[in-house]
Amino acid sequence: MRNYDIVVIGGGPAGLAAAKSAAENGCRSILLIERDTKLGGILNQCIHNGFGLAHFGEELTGPEYAHRAIEELKRDAPGVEILLDTFVADFSTERKELNLETAEYESRKVNTIYAMNNKDGYFEITAKAVILAMGCREKARGALAIPGTRPAGVMTAGLAQHYVNIDGYMVGRKVVILGSGDIGLIMARRMVLEGAKVLACIEIAPQPGGLARNITQCLQDYGIPLYLRQTVTAIHGKDRLTGITVSEVDEKYTPIPGTEREIECDTLLLSCGLIPENELSRKAGISINPKTGGPFSSDVHETSKPGIFACGNVLHVHDLADNVTKEAIEAGKAAALYVSGAVSSTSEQAIKDPKVFPGKVVKPIDPVTAAALALGGDSAASDKASYTTGSGTSVSGSGAAESGTADAGKAVRRMTCIICPRGCDLCVTLGENPVVSGNSCPRGEEYAINEITHPMRTLTTTIRVRREDGTLGRISVKSKDEIPKEEIRDLAAKIHHTILTGPVSVGDEVLPGVLATSST
Amino acid sequence: MKYDIAIIGAGVVGTSIAYNLIPYDVSVLLLDKNNDVAMGATRANSAIIHAGYDPKPGTLMAKLNVEGNRLCEYLCYKLDVPFRRCGSLVLAFSEEEKATLEELLDRGIKNSVPDIRILGRDELRAMEPGVSEEAVAALYAPSAAIVNPWELCLAQAEVFVRNDGNLFLNAEVTAISENKDPSASSRYTIESTLNTFEADTIILACGIQADTVHGLVAVPDFKIVPTRGEYFLLDKSEGNRVDHVIFQCPNEKGKGVLVAPTVHGNLICGPTSEVLKDDIEDTATTSRKLSEIKEKAARSVNNISWRDNVRNFSGIRANSTEDDFIIREIPGKKGIFEAAGIKSPGLASSPAIGRYVVDLLKRSGVSLCPKEDITEPNGDRYPSYSLGRNKVHFRDMSNSERETLVKRDPAYGRIVCRCEGVTEGEIRDALESPIPPTTLDGVKRRVGTGMGRCQGGFCGPRVVEMLLSYRKEELEKLSSMPLSDDDAKMFSGSLTKKDFPLRPDELHLLIRQDANGSNLFFPREQESDPAVAESTTTSQEVDV
Repeated sequence: MRNYDIVVIGGGPAGLAAAKSAAENGCRSILLIERDTKLGGILNQCIHNGFGLAHFGEELTGPEYAHRAIEELKRDAPGVEILLDTFVADFSTERKELNLETAEYESRKVNTIYAMNNKDGYFEITAKAVILAMGCREKARGALAIPGTRPAGVMTAGLAQHYVNIDGYMVGRKVVILGSGDIGLIMARRMVLEGAKVLACIEIAPQPGGLARNITQCLQDYGIPLYLRQTVTAIHGKDRLTGITVSEVDEKYTPIPGTEREIECDTLLLSCGLIPENELSRKAGISINPKTGGPFSSDVHETSKPGIFACGNVLHVHDLADNVTKEAIEAGKAAALYVSGAVSSTSEQAIKDPKVFPGKVVKPIDPVTAAALALGGDSAASDKASYTTGSGTSVSGSGAAESGTADAGKAVRRMTCIICPRGCDLCVTLGENPVVSGNSCPRGEEYAINEITHPMRTLTTTIRVRREDGTLGRISVKSKDEIPKEEIRDLAAKIHHTILTGPVSVGDEVLPGVLATSST
Repeated sequence: MKYDIAIIGAGVVGTSIAYNLIPYDVSVLLLDKNNDVAMGATRANSAIIHAGYDPKPGTLMAKLNVEGNRLCEYLCYKLDVPFRRCGSLVLAFSEEEKATLEELLDRGIKNSVPDIRILGRDELRAMEPGVSEEAVAALYAPSAAIVNPWELCLAQAEVFVRNDGNLFLNAEVTAISENKDPSASSRYTIESTLNTFEADTIILACGIQADTVHGLVAVPDFKIVPTRGEYFLLDKSEGNRVDHVIFQCPNEKGKGVLVAPTVHGNLICGPTSEVLKDDIEDTATTSRKLSEIKEKAARSVNNISWRDNVRNFSGIRANSTEDDFIIREIPGKKGIFEAAGIKSPGLASSPAIGRYVVDLLKRSGVSLCPKEDITEPNGDRYPSYSLGRNKVHFRDMSNSERETLVKRDPAYGRIVCRCEGVTEGEIRDALESPIPPTTLDGVKRRVGTGMGRCQGGFCGPRVVEMLLSYRKEELEKLSSMPLSDDDAKMFSGSLTKKDFPLRPDELHLLIRQDANGSNLFFPREQESDPAVAESTTTSQEVDV
């Protein structure tokens, strides 16, 4: 049996930051357990950019964010022990121990973790405090109870992301995305860059589930229509998916008979929500909040069991990795203070007055914008499809790039800023000296001006690498700088036709203007 | 290829017959048109070993049901197949339905169902607190049980293969002809999509295809009425909702639906009943029937959380125009036997059907001599076959058992499927088993990967990787050999000849989700390999 002051379960962004923070707050005996063979968690397959602005002050891809977090942990908290490829099979806050005097087994309050790997076997670990950082999982088809057949080609967006980005497998050619969560939106763009046709993104709610900037840069940039208030009501195809039935829904999300239409496709990716992965927490008897799916927690993220803390997506589903890191730093600190005895447990507060997490801020979408989104079409094409609203304002066929006439009589274009996750609604009054409003920072202004003159984007994709033994592996890459939007597909194609040789490290310029974001 | 006995159809009935023939000194061939065993009704059903009060007294069905129920527990124990005698309750919601219970009780007693009795409201509530307050009485049959149906079939098939049984998959029978020439080496020739086989005795166990395959031999005097039943399978968090199999009384509105625990710890609700007309293999589910299940199940059991649904599926029962099972030598066709119209309770009856058919063969003059014991030089004698099977169930082990196991074999120290707690060692065992799986679902049926709440979201890629590494040699051979279009189709589903040869990094294209043609991945058109000369676009290699 091994003993630690703090055991962190999970080596994704939450676990990495929590372990580092606990060490920085004076804890000397910390073990981090990760199921995978490397740290970083789901970040490793999120090869797109958009991470790190809040925490690292610059825009990073998922693998880069993971790389930084791992480097920081190793640099700033070298004492943290790390067990990779190790699975926590069971977790209890009690332990049966033999009382040598009475010769009977007694239950003692000790946090006990039963872990296993193929090096050390099946073993017990005890800890004064435990930080849960197991993340979340995706809602699968069953949870949605979509009727129809069960062919190949129906999978969650995150699974597809793993197959495409890590394994390099092509999961479909004609793709429909159900749900407009961020993973779904990101995968829509990813599949296009990999040569698939993405026919539609279908969302049951009256507004998109993902960040506004992802609607712009993942759907509208590629002319992918977003249908709101619709859902998939049947799946067809015996062996491989051949098509789906899509229906409109009413206010209660019940399909409206008579509105069915068929879409022919070979792949359906599900992006319909995430569920905190709390099987271990339940085993340990931790109270779960039915609203968040995560444990009830105090202000410092302690659960209903003293000394058990939780952070990241296991606690509640976050929009941004940066927020996960922030929460994990707080949890790590709180665990360190608890272990040192400097503060007492807040587990009672977790039950009596649990921390309330703000729900997702949902921006309602007006019918005109919704209609525009359903047309897909990037901003260039959208100029052709103009609509006239009741007030006489004409709106182009793209929600983020609406053009029309403002009250002052000057032409305006509306767009969503994609510079940071905030996704400000920008309004540009066109003219010789365009005027930008709605921005919260100067970068927004720069973005808007660029967008009407020469829109720029960052490309993220993967590239093949020939290993020393001759087999092919795959790493993630990004364009060194933003490149003109219209050049994205060409650069992607060029990268896809290239095979690198030799070891690659994060940050290497592997092709002119292309940086590696993961290493071989 | 010549065999004494050929069994067509490797569902739970066909494999039970094959299993029961192991002790005899005959060469046995087992054929199935699918790429795995247990791919028909055996794969998707209620997974219940019925007690036997349903069939009409005096029928073959009544006899085989009760006998099969009795045999099943020890059989599952021998074969290491999950089985639990949890008992069943038929609920009555009115005085009228109470009368139906009396009828069922009477039938049960006539069929020799053990310990069957009627419970009053209080006793019912005490025994099963989860049932609706509206239930006024119930018929309690303690011998009813739950089982893993496809594993029951697979286990018998595996033991059959291990005892030198001959199993051929992907072999759809297209013709059966009698060799009239008295000097012919065997009586019948069987043409299949895989090969031509010869046999003196043929047993048809073809499920929903029973009348079609019968038609290859003689004009069938019965018709199969393929009947689709849809189900909900709920998460383990709902698995404790009830302890018994909960049935409803059959009434003028139909048979009602059942709510039952499964041996995997989930909750199953269903089935509906719908006769299939056009496509007899249409296993789709429909929103109409799924809502019907929800509505009916809620009548029996309180507070079922439909949000915790893991999977919907449907199975097709081989109902027939006959009331009873049709198990016989086909009239006028000496040496051709059939087990047809094996509808519910076919699964429960299957252990007895296997025995019954072997008995029927003997009675009909098929020569079946027991295999001789093996005698060691020192005079020790032991049977030349073994009917048992063991496998590792990591998640059911105690902590100390796990510790010992992982120490002995580190492959059990790595969990691949976290929802179901399946280890790499268990997947490896399946891939090295007598009937190795060739698809993702094949692995799933053997070890349970992807059966849990995430439905393969996390373990999928790892299972693909293991399948690839275990099938590498075979796949490499396949991808490089000159194949005809038909061959290519047969081996690789929807891929065609032009997809070959595959590059070494494209072997994953041969991995399938499930049966015929459902390939999981597509070639990446955008990526070409400079090593392959005929590539249309040229890739460049760049040194970093």
